[in-house]
Amino acid sequence: MPVIDFANPTRFLTIVNRVLPWLIAATVVLFAVGLFRAVNAPDDYQQGATVKIMFLHVPAAWLGMFGWGLMSIAALGTLVWRHPLADVAGKAAAPIGAAFTFICLTTGSLWGRPTWGTYWVWDARLTSMLVLLLLYLGVLALYWTAEEPGRGARAAAILSLVGAVNLPIIKFSVDWWNTLHQPASVFRMGGSKIDPALLTPLLIMTLAFTLLFMTLHLAVMRNEILRRRVRSMRLMQAQELAEAT
Amino acid sequence: MSAFTALLVRDMRLAIRVGGGALMGALFFLIVVTMMPFAIGPDLALLARIGPAILWLGALLASLLALDRLFATDYEDGSLDLLMMGPLPLELSVATKAIAHWLTTGLPLVVIAPLLGLMLNVELKATGWLALTLFAGTPALTFIGVIGAALAVALRRGGLLLAVLVLPLTVPVLIFGVAAANAAIVGPTPFGPPFTILCALSLASLVLGPIAAAAALRHGLE
Repeated sequence: MPVIDFANPTRFLTIVNRVLPWLIAATVVLFAVGLFRAVNAPDDYQQGATVKIMFLHVPAAWLGMFGWGLMSIAALGTLVWRHPLADVAGKAAAPIGAAFTFICLTTGSLWGRPTWGTYWVWDARLTSMLVLLLLYLGVLALYWTAEEPGRGARAAAILSLVGAVNLPIIKFSVDWWNTLHQPASVFRMGGSKIDPALLTPLLIMTLAFTLLFMTLHLAVMRNEILRRRVRSMRLMQAQELAEAT
Repeated sequence: MSAFTALLVRDMRLAIRVGGGALMGALFFLIVVTMMPFAIGPDLALLARIGPAILWLGALLASLLALDRLFATDYEDGSLDLLMMGPLPLELSVATKAIAHWLTTGLPLVVIAPLLGLMLNVELKATGWLALTLFAGTPALTFIGVIGAALAVALRRGGLLLAVLVLPLTVPVLIFGVAAANAAIVGPTPFGPPFTILCALSLASLVLGPIAAAAALRHGLE
């Protein structure tokens, strides 16, 4: 079966319906294993039990960035091939990516309170994640304001690509800004390598979060396709009524 | 290049003559800077320290708020359709409109910046450096803002949407603009690196902004 067959929305729906239960099961199993390993992981000699926030924080940060990458690839599909499924993929990725970025910021600030003594510092990493969240909210605002889904999708696709070009620049400039303002940073990642006792559960949790992202993404895509069908059916119904009268 | 000059002159005339949109940005800039001491307090030492930051923020807001109508008026009276069918590639038309916009709103901001700097107790010598950073950096704000203006007109929306879309993208310009201004005024870091990066941001957005904005117009208005 050629790859292009997956791009047919109806075919896509049947595949999603077949794959989704397995994906959900795999996500649940991986989360069970990952959380169990995370809870039983040894405490950090300095940070104590708070180091366990890492098992939520790091995967969320990775998926926050992964979401934007997915949106940019979908944006190419929208602008180059004008494929409706790419529209749907981009639109579905935006809120999920924004949610993971938000989780990353929230867990980061909860982690920061016991370790740094404050909920928020203008650390380079935190600040660039905050700007990423703002960019996500901008894309979501585009979807909210667009009256017609196709037009909103194309506008959001352009913004995703502009953001993809800009995000490394923002990351670099925030790093510059941060070193300029506070030369001795409060926080230095690890210093040494992470111990395997912490690294293994972290990798399992990252995999579990990635599966969760994929599950949610496919489910949201399915809902979006159905929502668009309902919309076009309503429009057709309204047109028939208008022609009948 | 006659189509280029014709479009440039037309846009500048419209900005200068009709409704005085050109000077409104500078006026807004003046008012924002005047409001700052009311919020912060009249402490001159403090104002001198944060003066470059205030001026950069004011210039950022002033140049973005004026962008709102860049394509909207042309869309309403139909001249945007003419531009899209005209002899110039749409990317170049967009770039021309952006240049005209910068000459009529960005440049006045640069010109009055030294005066506003004096009001914020920035040293007389330093105000020139400050204006130079604005001169190098405000084109980047305009060319990034053009993307937002095109997206806003493609969706028939304006106002706050534009600011929400564009402001996060201008973070690097703000960082390097203020860094260069501070380096020139108080030191001790060298002026060169942030200033050259600021110029690089302006040049890069001169290329990328019109391409993205033209794509937004094409996809939005078909």
